[in-house]
Amino acid sequence: MILTVLHKTRYDFETPVAGIIQSQRLTPARCDGQRVIDWQVEVPGAVMGQVFRDGAGDYIQTVSLRKPATHIEVTVSGTVETTDTSGVLRGHRERVPPRAYMRATPRTKPNRAIAELVAEALDAHAAAPALERAHMLAAAVAQALPYRPGATHAHTTAAEAMNEGAGVCQDHTHVLIACAHLADLPARYVAGYLNATDDGSPHEASHAWAELFIDGLGWVGFDASNKCCPNEHYIRLGSGLDAQDAAPIRGLVLGGATEALDVTVVIEAQQQ
Amino acid sequence: MLSRTAANLFWMTRYLERSETTARLLDMGFRNALLPDTGGGFRNEWSAVLQSKGALQGFNDKYGDLVQRNVESFLFFDLENPSSVASCVRAARENARIVRTALTSQVWDAINLSYQELKAIQRKERSQVSIPDLTDWTLRTTALIRGAIEMTQLRIDGYSFMHLGYAVERADNTARLLDVKYYVLLPSVAYIGSGLDSYQWTTLLRALSAHRAYGWAYGGELSANRIAHFLILNPKFPRALLSCYIDANTHLDQLARFYGRSTPAQEEARTLLAELAEARIEDVFDEGLHEFLTRMINRNAGLAQSIHDQYLTGEAR
Amino acid sequence: MTDAYFNEMYDNGNLRTPYRMLESWYQNMPAEFRAGKQAEAEDLFRRYGITFAVYGEGGDPDRLIPFDMFPRVFTAAEWRRLERGIKQRARALNAFLSDVYERGEIIRAGRIPADLVYRNDAYEIAVAGFRPPLGVFSHIVGIDLVRTGADQFYVLEDNCRTPSGVSYMLENREVMMRMFPHLFQENRVAPVDGYARLLKRTLASVAPEKCDRAPNVVLLTPGHFNSAYYEHSFLADLMGIELVEGQDLFVEGDFCWMRTTEGPKKVDVIYRRIDDAFLDPLCFRPDSALGVPGLMNVYRSGGVTICSAPGAGVADDKAIYTYVPEMVRFYLGEEPLLQNVPTWQCARSDDLKYVQEHLSELVVKEVHGSGGYGMLVGPKSDRATIEAFSARLAENPSNYIAQPTLALSTCPTFVEAGIAPRHVDLRPYCLVGRDVDLVPGALTRVALTEGSLVVNSSQGGGVKDTWVIAEE
Repeated sequence: MILTVLHKTRYDFETPVAGIIQSQRLTPARCDGQRVIDWQVEVPGAVMGQVFRDGAGDYIQTVSLRKPATHIEVTVSGTVETTDTSGVLRGHRERVPPRAYMRATPRTKPNRAIAELVAEALDAHAAAPALERAHMLAAAVAQALPYRPGATHAHTTAAEAMNEGAGVCQDHTHVLIACAHLADLPARYVAGYLNATDDGSPHEASHAWAELFIDGLGWVGFDASNKCCPNEHYIRLGSGLDAQDAAPIRGLVLGGATEALDVTVVIEAQQQ
Repeated sequence: MLSRTAANLFWMTRYLERSETTARLLDMGFRNALLPDTGGGFRNEWSAVLQSKGALQGFNDKYGDLVQRNVESFLFFDLENPSSVASCVRAARENARIVRTALTSQVWDAINLSYQELKAIQRKERSQVSIPDLTDWTLRTTALIRGAIEMTQLRIDGYSFMHLGYAVERADNTARLLDVKYYVLLPSVAYIGSGLDSYQWTTLLRALSAHRAYGWAYGGELSANRIAHFLILNPKFPRALLSCYIDANTHLDQLARFYGRSTPAQEEARTLLAELAEARIEDVFDEGLHEFLTRMINRNAGLAQSIHDQYLTGEAR
Repeated sequence: MTDAYFNEMYDNGNLRTPYRMLESWYQNMPAEFRAGKQAEAEDLFRRYGITFAVYGEGGDPDRLIPFDMFPRVFTAAEWRRLERGIKQRARALNAFLSDVYERGEIIRAGRIPADLVYRNDAYEIAVAGFRPPLGVFSHIVGIDLVRTGADQFYVLEDNCRTPSGVSYMLENREVMMRMFPHLFQENRVAPVDGYARLLKRTLASVAPEKCDRAPNVVLLTPGHFNSAYYEHSFLADLMGIELVEGQDLFVEGDFCWMRTTEGPKKVDVIYRRIDDAFLDPLCFRPDSALGVPGLMNVYRSGGVTICSAPGAGVADDKAIYTYVPEMVRFYLGEEPLLQNVPTWQCARSDDLKYVQEHLSELVVKEVHGSGGYGMLVGPKSDRATIEAFSARLAENPSNYIAQPTLALSTCPTFVEAGIAPRHVDLRPYCLVGRDVDLVPGALTRVALTEGSLVVNSSQGGGVKDTWVIAEE
């Protein structure tokens, strides 16, 4: 499938700021199942560093603007050819040992409710293969947290989302990571794009899902929000321990000011 | 040199100069208060002194009673008052401590010693210290530090930033002192030329350590024109505005040579100097002394901003 | 009868060679002369402004750490052995770091458990797969040693991040030379003042490949409110490099720049004295104002070198410590010259059994604890305390390690009545860059209270000049 992406992020400042600096992870990962046909990241007026690839295999770029500004706009546009790999991450060069993804952050720290969720899902299937158990966990998270925008916010933790009993893709991913850790499966947060299909089921074009490490198979993606594994409708950008760590844009406004953020993402499948 | 280092040196000398001015003001108020109360009941010298520092409101809120002891506390000891002598000495020492490696040991010793002595003064019984003692100590201390700078610091960029701090702060302070005398201190223009008027001029000159120098330069006869000329346009007097800008220009030019790069700050200092060098005192009074001084204070702030933008942020290329 | 502790000057009453020259020195020193010298020393320290807490102990930044004038002395032969051991350990620790951030051979070989390394909080995912210049992660390795016999040294712990205290090593010598010049004429004390030059050379040797001129090396401090600020400014000054704070640096494009009065100037090597978590708010703690936003990107794309490398701390973790001798064997194919303190891993059931049975003789520590919190000192605890601790230990054994209480050596120290033996430890500073260097000297800490084994300055500890007598 050929997917086109147009992703604009605009920051407007009430009073002019002295500048901005960002670490961007806005280039699709190089792996089986997605091939970049063309891709641009533009920030008018900014100095763009060289794109480099870090140990996790993500493409990273430093972007800075060191002059007074009232607004900044980041435009990502491009075309990617995708195929379905059943969620399995292959052909992806990375150097981080999977066991390093066993640590919790404040956002992925489990609480009792999450522990109970894992117990309910897995206790009867202790002998099941890891892949099966991973699927069971993803299904359990999807069931425990109905998709409900507005129930949570950008800084909600896995434990808080569990207490809320609802959430969005970020919460599903955090909770699934916490579950996986309890089941002794390395897990991480993946940020990317999702093409909304016609049947209207998927949500959130700027999307997130979890990857769990299965011995013998490698990293496998699980999208609890959409109760599936990433397929040809997904574009993978980069990964991290949680939403903050994997954020496509981590930035800092210099001479800070209140900002209004406006994000629009359009993903379309081209007719073939 | 690191921009922050330059900023610390610049502010170190600004604070030193400011502590000296505060001490001189305190002395001026003290002497004025000795004036017999004959001028129609006007005993608002202390209030004028505080007004010149823009600190009257702050003083009233904290102390209320405008009596000598309170003013002395406020101007010398009060660490909540950012321009008290104690605050300035402490701030100068803190700036110096951060850039110790850019100072010679003599300069650091002199500054550090001043801080230790200040702490000793703070511990003394207040009835044991008189205003003249405090003023003398401040003037002696700042002179010692400046002497150490002149005798021992290498003549490189850091030295110029110290001089720029002195020059900019001194120009501001002279302009303000003169403004206080002329605009704030005298109850009304009707008093110009009166006995009160000349007594106050004398005190002002004394406070600027310029009394005898003035006598030598102008033959002793006090007049507003001559005194204004002396404090603004006479390059022989080290605190005159003109002298301050000669100094500022010298050191900005040295920086331009040192770095092989001239900036808008040099341009601004040159314009300021050119205007003062050509001005006649009649022009100043035509414009209105207060108006002229206010304009000068603003332009001086502009020059300080320019030095900041060009050298102290490290972003100007 | 033999002493319970090894006395470095009088071994069972016999004067040991390295201290030969010092016996007449202190015996012929009149009390009032000594008092005068002690006052002079304090005055010198205060004048130099050496007032800071070693090892991040906090406390009053204007507090002087007591200086004991009686030097601690090693013979050249003793030092040579130590030096070989220290350098060996520093090399092995670096080999370990570059291994676990790249291929993880030692883990694949089953010599260290994977989770001990990879699940360790000090393991930085952000630098995995990145090879810093020359493969060096820890450029200044501080190794804390104690001595228990003439030939017996133990490593207490390693410090691969930013070991502090080296300014004491340099200033203690400076002060001693000023006060007792004749001692240095009579004894051939090896100089330590080359440390700053070596440190600068070490730092310059790891400049990024992209750097094509004399590298611009800076020292990054958290600022002048930090308790070790004096040391930062002292070292920067000795090396002739800029002492910068986070606000003095910024990232643009692929490089890190320093704000100067001549405009932005490129920075090549950063000797940082701030913790990993504060280095870059875009990579680590987002609320850090001490670091430089974007720095980790510049580092990982080879635009600047950070010393020590972020993530170097995984090598000096208490749980990893046990495996350092194994690292020496694995990477260097040598037998370790310096010994670890025997350590029981309570996670292992055999060890746990032994520890539970010998609690009254052992020191039990939390694996990730620091500052003595949650620790049991068996010989100094009553039965109730031991029993309570035993219960806690049984609940979560993998959280604890145990070690024997060590008989720290003593060194003569000036006291009211003359001299008396006091317990000491030793911290040498090993430099790792293109070469591995060690100056003949170290920081000696001394427990000034009689009988005390605690050398921390916050608990009555002081410092001494440490001599290595050059060969005849």
